[in-house]
Amino acid sequence: MPLKTEPITINVGPQHPSTHGVFRMRVTFDGEEVIDVEPIFGYLHRGSEKLAESRTYTQIVTLTDRMDYVASMTSNLSFILSVEKLSGIDPSPRGVWLRMIAAELQRIASHLVATGFFLQDLGTLGTPLIYMMRERETILELFERLCGARITNSYMRPGGVFMDAPDDFWPALDRFLADMPHRIDEYEDLISGNEIVAVRCDGVAVVDSQTLIDASITGPMLRASGIDWDLRNRQPYEYYDRVKFNRPLATASDNYARYIVRIHEMRESLGIIRQCLEQIEPGPVRPESVPFLIRPPAGDSYVGTESPKGELGFYLVSDGGVAPYRCKVRAPSLINLTLLREMLIGDKLADLFVTFGSIDINMGEVDR
Amino acid sequence: MPDPFDSILYKYVYCTLSSTDDVACVGSGLFGGGLLPGGLEWLAYVLTAVTIVAVLINAILGGVLMMIWGERRLLGRFQGRTGPNRWGPFGLLTPIADAVKTMFKEDVMPTVSDRLVFTAAPILMLFPALLIYAVLPFGAGTWLADINVALLFIIAIGGANVLAIVAAALGSGNRYAMFSAMRSVAMLISYEIPLVISLIGVLMLSGSLSLVAIVNAQTLPFFIVQPLGFFVFLVASMAELNRTPFDVAEAESEIVAGYMTDYSSMKFGLFFLSEFAATIATSGVITAVFLGGWHGFDPIPSQLWFIGKMVAVLAVIVWVRASWPRLRIDQIMNFAWKALFELTLINLIVSGILLLIWPSPSTTELWYMAGINWGVFLASIYIFGKVLGPKHDPVKAGNIQPDVTLSDSDAPALPTGGGD
Repeated sequence: MPLKTEPITINVGPQHPSTHGVFRMRVTFDGEEVIDVEPIFGYLHRGSEKLAESRTYTQIVTLTDRMDYVASMTSNLSFILSVEKLSGIDPSPRGVWLRMIAAELQRIASHLVATGFFLQDLGTLGTPLIYMMRERETILELFERLCGARITNSYMRPGGVFMDAPDDFWPALDRFLADMPHRIDEYEDLISGNEIVAVRCDGVAVVDSQTLIDASITGPMLRASGIDWDLRNRQPYEYYDRVKFNRPLATASDNYARYIVRIHEMRESLGIIRQCLEQIEPGPVRPESVPFLIRPPAGDSYVGTESPKGELGFYLVSDGGVAPYRCKVRAPSLINLTLLREMLIGDKLADLFVTFGSIDINMGEVDR
Repeated sequence: MPDPFDSILYKYVYCTLSSTDDVACVGSGLFGGGLLPGGLEWLAYVLTAVTIVAVLINAILGGVLMMIWGERRLLGRFQGRTGPNRWGPFGLLTPIADAVKTMFKEDVMPTVSDRLVFTAAPILMLFPALLIYAVLPFGAGTWLADINVALLFIIAIGGANVLAIVAAALGSGNRYAMFSAMRSVAMLISYEIPLVISLIGVLMLSGSLSLVAIVNAQTLPFFIVQPLGFFVFLVASMAELNRTPFDVAEAESEIVAGYMTDYSSMKFGLFFLSEFAATIATSGVITAVFLGGWHGFDPIPSQLWFIGKMVAVLAVIVWVRASWPRLRIDQIMNFAWKALFELTLINLIVSGILLLIWPSPSTTELWYMAGINWGVFLASIYIFGKVLGPKHDPVKAGNIQPDVTLSDSDAPALPTGGGD
């Protein structure tokens, strides 16, 4: 006699230990197997884009902090670059180098969070996560020296940064740069060769590169499928054309590939910071000519930047006033989510959150 | 039938209470013995049992509190932090504070729950864990009962907690709990088989199912003679206990807390308690069956030897928990049926052949057996790892190409986009 079975639907989230914020999925299971997923988001919508229309350009920097709150430096940078392009401000060299150092430190911090929570979703009892949080803490302390804030930095201004790094920042950064490669080796010792990580991640949630391109997915997720697409190289902004760095690519395009690409990118970011330290020169951190209240000429601008999660860009339209007429964010977290359903269907319940964690999203940026 | 007076615990309490003229009692017991008038030996018998059970249960509770503290401290060390250290010396009073907090929490019962089953499940869960302690020999002459089928008893009792998990899931009417129950039933039933077969090698060597007899037979600890059996038993009992990497029944990153999702207050506390009590009990079984039980050298008392070995096993379990992720349920089932089951069969066959050669082995012959068994152990683990393990090279698996260097001119062309 055949057993009668029926699919079971569960609302996973918005309150769930591993949804990385207030994200909800309505998942239909056939036994352990996922047969349908409906992502539901918007719980963290604060209307940042609309709020930007009633704030001056300097004030909007604080809004960008709160979009991707684990990578606010890169959010700052992306917005500032768009403003500089809109108003034709020429940034001062020292400011640019400082911004690059901050952005690369932020990339490491963001990848640490992404990898740590990815492994937490795999079922490790916090050990890799806490190791990675320990190093992220060092980076946050560096930020604290740099600008007084740890998470919501608001460090960058049109033309450069708002203040120079204090003297005790540089030795602390040197210590971090000397220490971090060993820490990454430590993660790799613990995780990369682990058989359980291998069987859990190899060949899970594979997406072919054409599908990724068609869905306009960017960042480590795209590079894990073998596509050499990094905006720091393709459309160099800041002084990324004056530093040399490798772009780690993986071809498997599964959860393991996404993990290993992030690990290798952290090493590359360390290299970029070292080159920045060699080339940075004394000088003003922002030009005197930049007014306090910026009134860009009427027009629009967009600068795509490589945030830790993918292409982040601010499309700004100005009507000549002190506030933008329209501000639209191209948020990688939101766009990288678009393939979630295709990636999850057919996998097991246990892989649901692993795959979700491997995408590396941030709900602050998804909902804005 | 073993003599109850073999247990010094029993002898001491019984002789204090009873005024029997049994020669075994002469000179033992508190206050010269004989607190109860003659003719009440049956009452002394009952009171002895009640006293020892009360002492044992309180010892278990104390042990669980110590283990909660120890596990958190140890996990803290593994993770580069301190662990609990605020309340009492070295944070020793933290679990007591936790227990008090748990007791004072509101006892929520979901409206869709089946009240009777919901309430019975934590109790059902605790009983098997406590019953295992009845037959554990904690030291020379320190046991509650030396029954001649102790090992069979432990296996039978140990399988009973599946019932409690299913009852909790059905009673709470939660879908996460149903997932958990389905997973744990499938897993526990599969792991019972290698668990039982891995013990047969020990049975053949000791010739008895009584734990006391097994400990006495270990002139050489059986984990040296039976490495394969020890390995399989350790792994299978970690699966039985729902410990990492087999903690799919309460995988907190997947199904919240599994069958415990809807439980709060002391009902949750009982689940927690029974889980830790079962872990300690299993480490006791491993100690008795494979690590030589209470055997050690003087002047350390045998009870301390037993507890020390138990703590070592617990530390290994916590170590595994601190460093490994969780397996997926289908991989867990594959592991049970494709690896552990065959390994136990290999162990059984090799042990049988060796016992045909040396029917009643002396210590020297046990060493010969150990040598052969270790060879078989290492070879079979190597072969099984090659055949069943992941074909995984961390660099090749993702086909990482870290050496793509930057230059603006020779960036390779992108694949062109889709036609639509």
